[in-house]
Amino acid sequence: MSNVPADLRYTKSHEWLRTLPDGNVEVGITDHAQEALGDLVFVEVPEAGRTLKAGESCAVVESVKAASDVYAPIACTVIGGNPQLASEPEAINKDPYGSGWLMRIRPGSPAEVAALLSAAEYTSFLAAEGE
Amino acid sequence: MHSREKVIFEYSRPGRGATDQWPHEEGSALADLPEGIRRTGRPLLPEVSELDVVRHFTRLSQLNFSIDTHFYPLGSCTMKYNPKACNQYAMLPEFLGRHPLAPESHGQGFLACLYELQEMLREVTGMQGVALSPMAGAHGEFAGVAMIRAYHRSRGDLARNEIIVPEAAHGTNPATATMCGCVVREIPVDAQGDVDLEALRAAVGPQTAGIMLTNPSTLGVFERRIEEVARIVHAAGGLLYYDGANLNAILGKVRPGDMGFDVMHMNLHKTFSTPHGGGGPGAGAVGVGARLLPFLPIPLVGKSASPEGERYRWLAEQDLPQSIGRLSGFMGNAGVLLRAYIYMRMLGREGMSQVGEYATLNANYLLARLRQVGFEAAYPERRASHEFIITVKRQARELGVTAMDFAKRLLDQGFHAPTTYFPLLVPECLLIEPTETESRQTLDAFVAAMEQILSEAMQEPEHVTGAPHTMPVRRLDDVRAAKQLDLTWKPTAQS
Amino acid sequence: MAFIPHTSADVQEMLAAIGVSSIEQLFEEIPKELRARAMRGVPSQLNEMEIGRLMSERARMDGRPLCFIGAGAYEHHIPSAVWALTTRGEFYSAYTPYQAEASQGTLQLIYEYQTMMASLTGMEVSNASLYDGASAVAEASLMAVRANRKSKSQRILIPATVHPHYRKVARAAASNQGVRFEEVPYCTQQGASLAAALSRYEGQDVTALVIQQPNFFGILEDVDALTDWAHAHGALVIAVVNPTALAVLKPPGQWGKRGADIAVGEGQPLGVPLSSGGPYFGFLTTRMEYVRQMPGRIVGRTLDVTGRPGFTLTLQAREQHIRRAKATSNICTNQGLLVTAATIYMSLMGAAGLERVAAASHARTRELVSALTRIAGVRLAFEGAYFHEAVLSLDKPVAPLLAALASRGILGGLDLSEHYPELEGALLVCATETKTSEDIELYAGALTEAMSGLATRGLATRARPATAA
Repeated sequence: MSNVPADLRYTKSHEWLRTLPDGNVEVGITDHAQEALGDLVFVEVPEAGRTLKAGESCAVVESVKAASDVYAPIACTVIGGNPQLASEPEAINKDPYGSGWLMRIRPGSPAEVAALLSAAEYTSFLAAEGE
Repeated sequence: MHSREKVIFEYSRPGRGATDQWPHEEGSALADLPEGIRRTGRPLLPEVSELDVVRHFTRLSQLNFSIDTHFYPLGSCTMKYNPKACNQYAMLPEFLGRHPLAPESHGQGFLACLYELQEMLREVTGMQGVALSPMAGAHGEFAGVAMIRAYHRSRGDLARNEIIVPEAAHGTNPATATMCGCVVREIPVDAQGDVDLEALRAAVGPQTAGIMLTNPSTLGVFERRIEEVARIVHAAGGLLYYDGANLNAILGKVRPGDMGFDVMHMNLHKTFSTPHGGGGPGAGAVGVGARLLPFLPIPLVGKSASPEGERYRWLAEQDLPQSIGRLSGFMGNAGVLLRAYIYMRMLGREGMSQVGEYATLNANYLLARLRQVGFEAAYPERRASHEFIITVKRQARELGVTAMDFAKRLLDQGFHAPTTYFPLLVPECLLIEPTETESRQTLDAFVAAMEQILSEAMQEPEHVTGAPHTMPVRRLDDVRAAKQLDLTWKPTAQS
Repeated sequence: MAFIPHTSADVQEMLAAIGVSSIEQLFEEIPKELRARAMRGVPSQLNEMEIGRLMSERARMDGRPLCFIGAGAYEHHIPSAVWALTTRGEFYSAYTPYQAEASQGTLQLIYEYQTMMASLTGMEVSNASLYDGASAVAEASLMAVRANRKSKSQRILIPATVHPHYRKVARAAASNQGVRFEEVPYCTQQGASLAAALSRYEGQDVTALVIQQPNFFGILEDVDALTDWAHAHGALVIAVVNPTALAVLKPPGQWGKRGADIAVGEGQPLGVPLSSGGPYFGFLTTRMEYVRQMPGRIVGRTLDVTGRPGFTLTLQAREQHIRRAKATSNICTNQGLLVTAATIYMSLMGAAGLERVAAASHARTRELVSALTRIAGVRLAFEGAYFHEAVLSLDKPVAPLLAALASRGILGGLDLSEHYPELEGALLVCATETKTSEDIELYAGALTEAMSGLATRGLATRARPATAA
């Protein structure tokens, strides 16, 4: 069973969000997503300053057998991508909720973050999807 | 099989060369070229003798599996025997030496072959017109979808930009739709492998440009309700595209034109047995019904009467002003077209239907035998077409031996692996296409190998998961290949 | 019988194993009304002897004329070893190297090819090839749109001196995705692109500039100035080059201050026969930073589980079988067999041999130009320096002259009136190392006679300046 930390918010397209003390939000892909993709070999993060609509494709994670778009979970402005991923895409496999974060964003409205799935909801979504 | 061959550059010695192949002129003949545009350093090409070259590339060739050396049941690829006559007679010096822009007066023989090839392909597909210039299946798909778009546009029907594909479609189908500026809409197939008609009815509308279908489908079964599919799509104003990847299954038995398709491509390197060449060249001729005739890509070959008899000539923009245009520098993969022509003439009308019949016989026999020895068919209720799917999901779950492991272990047994993990719809699948040119004895030997691997999987699974053991290399690290890109040889690091 | 090995005993036993009584029964799922009738439009079958006779007759109809046409396809000497090796069944009848362990020969060969092409073009990486030179220009255009993220216009400048067929193919392939091609005019005196004509694009968003070297006329472009202009204006540079010429001309990677961004071209001169236009292969090389924007197959070297080196397809996540609708292209294959021939050809030639092919071809073309321009009414059309191909200007109509020459077994060049109506009496000619001084004299003699038999074209005017399309 994959790891789903209780303090984060989730999407059905397998992104997670962590609200930082300054009100900005860190985004990554979940443990379940990294496991499904396998060893990542390339990650493309969005440029700083880009404004994104909710659901807009904004990053790409690639393994040898699959490639997947990452979607903006909410409307936001990109503060920056994780610079470490260019040389170490495997950080996502090793530590998806920590050093493998994808990007930091400034949310259009913090309420949108709160409206996403809770850990419990995401866990039951995964269980339903697995059937 | 020997294990490894050095990279050609490692044979290089300064000052060596295949000098008998070189012209006499020295660089001084270039004195009139302006200084600023001249090359200063030499490119990295090997300095080797002719014998070095012959040995190196002969050894490299021996590291390959091929149809000439191994049974190659790669599903969806139709790896049948490539008759030697097709190569020999397409490589007559007059054909090889003919310049693509040579006048028609010096091409009546070549053009006659192409014209007759167009006519024969029209007949076997039930289409109204055929263009030969697309250079691969995917290129033919591009031409086909571009024609669908051009057709709608010519009618002022500008909103039609959606292409429907079943979820099990070849990846080229959605990629092609995108290249043609269309949007892709995927629809599901039902448990028996047929298109879900309810989903299709819900998907069509004024935005529908067309649907792309393979029949028999990528699941190795015939789409039984194809006429209903055609009615639904046509009634909504869309056109039907036939992906000819599986034409071998029905050659001489059913024609795409009769099934209601408006446009299609034919993979001449599959159905008409031109060599795959290690990944090309292919040829992706396209056929169209009456509505799309004006949009065919150029050039075509036409025939007209003249005082001296029949004359063949190129048809270009002035003959087809609505054409989607030119897709290749000259005339597509002309030499491949000649090979397909020769093959079709050798089959003749008598041989044409035998292809579909014996391809189907071989597939159904192989499926029956594999089921007998314990393999699970993905669609046990269905008749196989020219190919079929088995799934090893039980072995993967219970023994930890996956489709990939079966594939790799087959290499040790002297068989090229079937297609694995396609279509994505069926877990742990092997898509197996024996083709009509394989004998029953070869099929039996393949069954014996599969049976042995199955028993190995139960007794010593690590021997299977660690395969191959006898090939020039063991399993390769794909992650390293993609992360530490090494795409060119570098002299300093490795010489 | 259709290369089918089955004996009737085999068939009976196979049907029994399946549990049906006839082959026909295997098609029972196909609706009856769809079943095909006899294929009357296909002639009756021929055996090998009969097809051999037919094809030999057809070949004889085409003859073996003395050919002075270039225009993107060049008759070079092909060493015997090239096709003796290329048609080995292990290369000829293998498929795309999906099973790497069973395809090390093909994979290593492509890796060697990528090394040679990257070096020849002065770039960092190469793909495993595309369909042909024309489609490579189209793919490079789409790639430039992906790679040049600062540019939003999808507007590509393509000079009128780029091969006319390449321009048409690029339009047919890329315009469905909204890519616009705009033509840059050329100088009718020099035969080269007009750098001055680019000034009208100052301050505008241009995605890429295509530069062909030597250009369609054989004229050498000022590639450094054109490249630097493009880069100064935020555009990428797509170089279209002839691989033989690269033995002696500055490679695209060294054009201007920063070098071209993508180099493409027709690979046919590297050991591939003329063969009425195909199969040929297109090459495409680029900078490492754009490697993920490349279309087509790429081979990489890696290690196997025991740590031994081996070769495999890599970066496949760009491709259609994984990315589907979001792939960089729908292309599946490369032109593997032609790449095999080219790699063997380049190995036999080496840098020194290829340089000699370039030198000899250029020398023969100079000799041809000199012999033909001695004829009254024939002169060089352009003043710019050329390489191994040149445009002549004739004071007689070109078409009947070419017909007269063809009837004597000489293909005298390409009449440019269809593609460049503004150039009157223009004939594009080429001689490679395969032509001897006797061949050239034969042509000159025949042309002299043909011209004396024809009325002079209206007025031998200086060509009018071309205008932008």
